Amino acid sequence: MSAAEPASELDVTPPSKSDGEAPWWLNAANRMVEANVAVVTLLAVFCGLVFGAILIVVTTPVTLHAWGSFDAHPWHAVSQSVRTVGTAYGDLFTGSIFSPSSLGHAVSHGNGWTTLFTPISETLVSATPLILAGTGVALGFSTGVFNIGGQGQLIAGALAATYVGFGVHLPLPLHVVLVILAGAAGGAVAGFIPGILKARTGAHEVIVTIMLNYIFLDLLDYLLTTKPLQQPGQSNSISQTIPSSATLPHLFGSSLRVNFGLIVALAVAAGASWFMKRSTLGFTFRVIGSNPDAGRTAGMDARRATVLVLTISGALVGLAGMSTLAGTDFFLSTGYGGNIGFNAITVALLGRNKPSGVVLGALLFAALGTGGRYMQAATGIPLDLTTVIQAVIVFFVATPALIREIFRLRAAGAGKILLFTKGWAG
Amino acid sequence: MKLELEGITKRFGDLVANDGIDLTVEPGEIHCLLGENGAGKSTLMNVLFGLLRPDGGEIKVDGKVVRFADPGDAIAQGIGMVHQHFMLVPVFSVAENVVLGFEPTRQLGFLDRKEARSEIRRLSAEFGLEVDPDAIVEDLPVGLQQRVEILKALLRDVSLLILDEPTAVLTPQETEGLFTIMRSLAASGRSILFITHKLKEVLALAERITVVRQGRVIGTTTPSESNEQDLATMMVGRNVDLVVRKQKAKPGETVLELSGLTLADDRGVTTVDHVDLTVRAGEIVALAGVQGNGQTELSESLLGLQHVSSGTVELDGKNITGTTPRAALRAGIAYIPEDRQLEGLVLGMSISDNLVLDLHDQAPYARRGARNLTEVHDSAQRKLSEFDIRASSVDTPVGTLSGGNQQKVVAARELSRPVRLLVASQPTRGLDVGSIEYVHRRIIAERDRGVAVLLVSSELDEILALADRVAVMCRGAIVGIVPPSAGREEIGLMMGGAASAAAEQPAKAAK
Repeated sequence: MSAAEPASELDVTPPSKSDGEAPWWLNAANRMVEANVAVVTLLAVFCGLVFGAILIVVTTPVTLHAWGSFDAHPWHAVSQSVRTVGTAYGDLFTGSIFSPSSLGHAVSHGNGWTTLFTPISETLVSATPLILAGTGVALGFSTGVFNIGGQGQLIAGALAATYVGFGVHLPLPLHVVLVILAGAAGGAVAGFIPGILKARTGAHEVIVTIMLNYIFLDLLDYLLTTKPLQQPGQSNSISQTIPSSATLPHLFGSSLRVNFGLIVALAVAAGASWFMKRSTLGFTFRVIGSNPDAGRTAGMDARRATVLVLTISGALVGLAGMSTLAGTDFFLSTGYGGNIGFNAITVALLGRNKPSGVVLGALLFAALGTGGRYMQAATGIPLDLTTVIQAVIVFFVATPALIREIFRLRAAGAGKILLFTKGWAG
Repeated sequence: MKLELEGITKRFGDLVANDGIDLTVEPGEIHCLLGENGAGKSTLMNVLFGLLRPDGGEIKVDGKVVRFADPGDAIAQGIGMVHQHFMLVPVFSVAENVVLGFEPTRQLGFLDRKEARSEIRRLSAEFGLEVDPDAIVEDLPVGLQQRVEILKALLRDVSLLILDEPTAVLTPQETEGLFTIMRSLAASGRSILFITHKLKEVLALAERITVVRQGRVIGTTTPSESNEQDLATMMVGRNVDLVVRKQKAKPGETVLELSGLTLADDRGVTTVDHVDLTVRAGEIVALAGVQGNGQTELSESLLGLQHVSSGTVELDGKNITGTTPRAALRAGIAYIPEDRQLEGLVLGMSISDNLVLDLHDQAPYARRGARNLTEVHDSAQRKLSEFDIRASSVDTPVGTLSGGNQQKVVAARELSRPVRLLVASQPTRGLDVGSIEYVHRRIIAERDRGVAVLLVSSELDEILALADRVAVMCRGAIVGIVPPSAGREEIGLMMGGAASAAAEQPAKAAK
């Protein structure tokens, strides 16, 4: 009918139903759509694990051999496969959460608590930067800005934190607070550059942030060979170590690595959630993210929003760099941060750009990483397997239609119809 | 083709979009499907074209029951559809677009352009659908693009052609042309199903009229047995005031004054050319003209959405040339944008959020950077009843509302600030009769409150009904300013660029 109606089939306002009373079916439909997002994500994780299981079976010599003699001993092939996969996934769990046997030991003997809590501590340690950087990237995505520059911003944050760490001498609480702020500031500068370039010249942030990744990588390489950053008396490209006054304090004693960075990360996620839902600036970001023209017509400044969101996004990614540096590493080396900047994008996707989702996504990713390393040590199944599982999960999360097809899910009414009639006029 | 729909029912969840619809289209008949937005017309057409599977009822073609799994099945049965939004490749030529998907080929699969061209010439000549087969589609005016769509359907041997709101984008002259084509198609034995909500067109063209409301067929009638008032009542379900009632304007002081306003687009082409115009408090000045003659740009420039090359814009005597949207809104301009979905609303957001897009960071909706959601919610609740927005709750996403209710959300937001000047661009485009009536009454109420109104509309009827003065634009310049009593024909000629004897003197117009 009119150009201005994407889905009036769904005209939820038959004239007979006027203000006030929400028809129950609409509420139910809304809940279904929301539930669907969670369901699809869970099923994607499940698919990843199934795919991983198949991969384990076809790449482990023992199971392959068992399947080779399938005709003679079919039951053996199946049981061998189940055993191998079970052991591997058991190790994945043991390595990332806790081991049931050490729980028993700790309870009955009253010691060995450190052994019990080490896996979960390690998982939380590697989740910390993912939460911070993932939240930063998610903020950008919700505003329609694609920040692919996590790697560079993370390095910038870590660099600033390192300089303040060894260059400034202050008593403990003040020093570490300054280090945290420096990390955010470093990342903010790295985010501001693509922001201002986009606002002033229209340069696309994807290109600029990717290029800045290389620039910061090489800048780090260069600085690591110059004074005062390079560790004195070293020819290797590693930086000075920051003093203990500049490090994030451990939360549960010195034998568990989980540190104050986790608190910072959770606070940032909670703050970001409030910011997007309740602050006026967050509202502006969301409007600009979903319809910049409407925002502009309503008097919002889209350019200012772009600069601000990239700066804030960069600051959060910078905090991620600070959290690894001041939490676990204490010095910089070439290629610092590794894949965290890119994994943050994945985590933001997994968490559907919601801070709470990002926290869960980061925990899942971290658990697969730490558990995978344990599995590799215990069973010889390569760590790459968990990388594949991570990739498959992301793949399925990104293709909800495929998940629905595999599990024969009825698409939640409203969403499907909206898509379907778009462009067909209402 | 004789088409029979029997008891077609389509549900979305618990919403019954089509409730046992019966409809028969005889061979060679122009049948009109009339209904408001959201009445279920498009659902029915999507069912008929194989895009949706009905939950009940059957479709018969020439007496035989058929089932359409996808549009391909419908096309194979000789059903063609011209969508409201054209499905054309802008950079392809007319001939290439028409044969797309059915390309005649020579050996080795080379495209036979000559064959395509001659086929189009034949069809063009047969039905008076003149169009150059070698023209590039994006260079053609909308009316000709529509002909290309019709040609596409004809080439596929269509025996029933569905036209979905075909006149929404056409000038009065183009509409006449389309009607001639439709009549000649019907004369050749093809059936036409014409979907619209414009009463005048229905009466001018249809042989039979089926009216639907809330998913049900209300009745079938013919133009001779019916009139505009009856049809409107059937469509809306209550008596509708088709005539806009208003008192004579009592213009007060000058609110908006444009002097020598000139705008250029990104490529440096002049879009608005030395326009002088005043709008006084308590009067409605309408910008008439065929779309694309600078009206849109002019209205956008008032809000600071267009770069002003030269000339000035004064609001209440203050120079606001080159203002920002934010400052313009604060200065007392209310703006109803041409495309409410693109520029006026964030479809995924709730009604309450959309109602405060402009004032979201001001008291009482926010304090020190934090939004006051209680106040946002409560004020939205009040506006829902004040502006008669039909929605289940203020948290409903705006995108699920009907066009009329969406427009009411825009109006509610814009008229909730202190208003000196209301700029309303195509305020009733795509709206149903009931909503049009509401919007018109609201605009006149604003005028009578002493607001200066600048109305931009491509609907001449709307301009004649609302305006106190009509400024006709052609190629970016104002051809003349006439009273609405100058009449349809006179204004129509001016839209084509002819100067008018009835026009105010330019000097007088500037004051």
